[in-house]
Amino acid sequence: MPIILDNVSHIYGEDTAMAVRALDKISLVIPDGQFIGLIGHTGSGKSTLVQHLNGLMKATSGAVYFNGEDIDSEGFDKKKLRSKVGLVFQYPEHQLFETDVFSDVCFGPKNLGLSKKEIELRAYAALKLVGMEDDYFYQSPFELSGGQKRRVAIAGVLAMKPEVLILDEPTAGLDPKGRDEILDQIAKLKRETGITVILVSHSMDDVAKYVDRIIVMNKGRVMYDDEPREVFRQYQELEAIGLAAPQVTYIMKELRDHGFDVSDDVTTIEEAKQEIIAYFKER
Amino acid sequence: MLRDITLGQYYQADSVIHRLDPRVKLGTTIIFIISLFVFHGVGGYVAAAVFLAMVIKLSKVPFHFMIKGMKSIVFLLSITVIFNLFLTPGQPIFRLWKLTVTQEGVRLAVLLSIRLGFLIIGSSVMTLTTTPNQLTDGLEKMLKPLNRLGVPVHEIAMMMSIALRFIPILMEETDKIMKAQLARCADFESGNLIRKAKSLVPLLVPLFISAFRRANDLAMAMEARCYRGGDHRTKMKPLHYERRDYIAYLIVLCYLVAGVVLGKLLPILLGSVVA
Amino acid sequence: MGIIKVRDLVYEYIRRDEEGNVEGITTAVDDVDLDIEQGDFVAILGHNGSGKSTLAKHLNAILYPAEGTVWVDGKDTNEEKYVWDIRQTAGMVFQNPDNQIIGQIVEEDVGFGPENMGVPTEEIWERVEESLKAVGMYSYRKFSPNKLSGGQKQRVSIAGVIAMHPKCIVLDEPTAMLDPKGRKEVIRAVRALNDVEKITVILITHYMEEVIYADKVYVMDQGKIALQGTPKEVFSQVEQLKELRLDVPQVTLLAYELEKEGFAMPKGVLTNREFVEALDQCTR
Repeated sequence: MPIILDNVSHIYGEDTAMAVRALDKISLVIPDGQFIGLIGHTGSGKSTLVQHLNGLMKATSGAVYFNGEDIDSEGFDKKKLRSKVGLVFQYPEHQLFETDVFSDVCFGPKNLGLSKKEIELRAYAALKLVGMEDDYFYQSPFELSGGQKRRVAIAGVLAMKPEVLILDEPTAGLDPKGRDEILDQIAKLKRETGITVILVSHSMDDVAKYVDRIIVMNKGRVMYDDEPREVFRQYQELEAIGLAAPQVTYIMKELRDHGFDVSDDVTTIEEAKQEIIAYFKER
Repeated sequence: MLRDITLGQYYQADSVIHRLDPRVKLGTTIIFIISLFVFHGVGGYVAAAVFLAMVIKLSKVPFHFMIKGMKSIVFLLSITVIFNLFLTPGQPIFRLWKLTVTQEGVRLAVLLSIRLGFLIIGSSVMTLTTTPNQLTDGLEKMLKPLNRLGVPVHEIAMMMSIALRFIPILMEETDKIMKAQLARCADFESGNLIRKAKSLVPLLVPLFISAFRRANDLAMAMEARCYRGGDHRTKMKPLHYERRDYIAYLIVLCYLVAGVVLGKLLPILLGSVVA
Repeated sequence: MGIIKVRDLVYEYIRRDEEGNVEGITTAVDDVDLDIEQGDFVAILGHNGSGKSTLAKHLNAILYPAEGTVWVDGKDTNEEKYVWDIRQTAGMVFQNPDNQIIGQIVEEDVGFGPENMGVPTEEIWERVEESLKAVGMYSYRKFSPNKLSGGQKQRVSIAGVIAMHPKCIVLDEPTAMLDPKGRKEVIRAVRALNDVEKITVILITHYMEEVIYADKVYVMDQGKIALQGTPKEVFSQVEQLKELRLDVPQVTLLAYELEKEGFAMPKGVLTNREFVEALDQCTR
């Protein structure tokens, strides 16, 4: 079910001297089934934005529509919204609390008032979706590695069967292998379930490989909203706001500057490799 | 919400009040609070109001910051006021259903709200103009004599200072945890008391774990920076009285005298005017 | 002897179950030797759980060896009388900026170390000023740490260590919790300390971009040193690094991929310029 943001603004500490405009007239459409990268540096408003999508924060002005309904209208069921628009925060430590992994994942569906059997079926399916082995189910979530904790946290939200899954910096603090594993897992989950996924990140390198749409936020506004390669073409502008295109884009650019006739429209290593090979074949 | 509590929030500015020795500010705050309960009659409160206004003016802290401190106790304040208003026996003014408002009640309610208001604003001035570190330094030095009785004054001061540093961090963390659980459809509001208490478990467990982890990290970081208790330590900002501090004490003394004198004098003056 | 010398270091900790019974023993650091010269910039790489942080804590006498010996500036960390000397010689910056700032105001935090060392008041102020200037945070000296960004907080933490006038500074994943901008700030500050102040730097990290300027790189795995050498030497071993759950910089990886396709690319290409030059050679 699509989410539509219409002219959404959010001001922190309104009517105080320290008012900060965190979101500035954002209008966006998030249709079903997209894989979206939401990029921006710290303080760009990206975390504030995603908290509007599931009603954790209320727009100062403007409206958010889920499936055609204004989520701030009288009688709108916020709880149901949160089960449909699942949001996983940056630190799994902020949500894990049960004595074992399985019960922790049950927390979400339990809050939805489902039958015990349904709860357990959902928790099991969710843990499988994030690639957790059965051996871990009855371990304490606090003893898991960083990557596994993150998986359990994601499962905890997936168990509510959301139609949109938002992941806020899912790779923060992980080592390179852990980061690749979790991103691959998310991509796999996206393929298998077909749900909408929004990946919030400040790393272009992380999202370039996976997403089919990138939204770049800066100072509370949407700066770019396009396919990855279109966005990365603006790497100079991106740099000016403290972001960067993937490293390979720069390599190709430097090659061009040195008289190599290669396209700098390249975002992954594999593409770069093919481009260079093709270039050498032609000559 | 929790963030509105101004107590313990320092407001950066360059003023005489900011520069005063924390012991002066601590002492003055205590004297001021006692004076509020000792002074009787309008005169004393006039003196207190003038004194407070002067200090606020000198502190260069915007007045609405002090008012913000009040917000958190408005509830408490209104309860005390209502109780005093209705439950004080005396000369009745009017009746509301079974409750009688008396002259004495009105008087007491007004007095009480002035006292509490001044008390909160007065202590806000202190916390807004004194960094918690200065405050604990001041306390440490003031309480030093207790060291001989075996009270670990330095350790207590250090603990206070660390607690103050981590309160805002833990509050922010509480907020984040709450949101993370709300995103999993947690319900912190509905249900009876027992259900409500139970619903706090998903909030408190992550919070405690995090607090312990932080404490552990901090202890290690302090050790790594050669912290080994209060002995052999020097101070970056050692406390010693300067001229302005003595002047401040003098002003406080003047205030006390003025309060007492006005308290006694004003009714007489007013009386003579009426007569 | 260099500033840091480690011989046959082993560190084990005992895992216990909920009732406190011994479940097993984990060897976090396993037979490590290390020699670091004064003024070097050394990077220690490794995935999470490879033992790199445990090793780091030995260099500051926070942990003591179960076996083997660690000397910091010629002093054995096992000897209790040296503990404070060692902690002053080898300062330590930790991962989480919030959990190591003690002061309520930037300058008070930086003064905390010197206060503990018993430095006279006037000198504390001098040290605080020069340390904050060295990391470019002097204009924030009156700020509350809560108002700073992650990168700024870490620079304050670094200043807090420099104010103790260490010969060596150990940074335990100082950038793991920061965004790209904060990471750059911190690494820039660290490199300046090494270049200008000649302080020995031991940087522990899992970000590859941060180590290409190091004089020497150690890669840890399962408590052992798996690879060591100059960044070039280490990054020329792409397959091994991948096995060790680590990345190589993208430019290194691209050169490596091209080499596999039959291009005459050298091993361990670290910068874009090197890459372009190498590819230029292929053309001719």
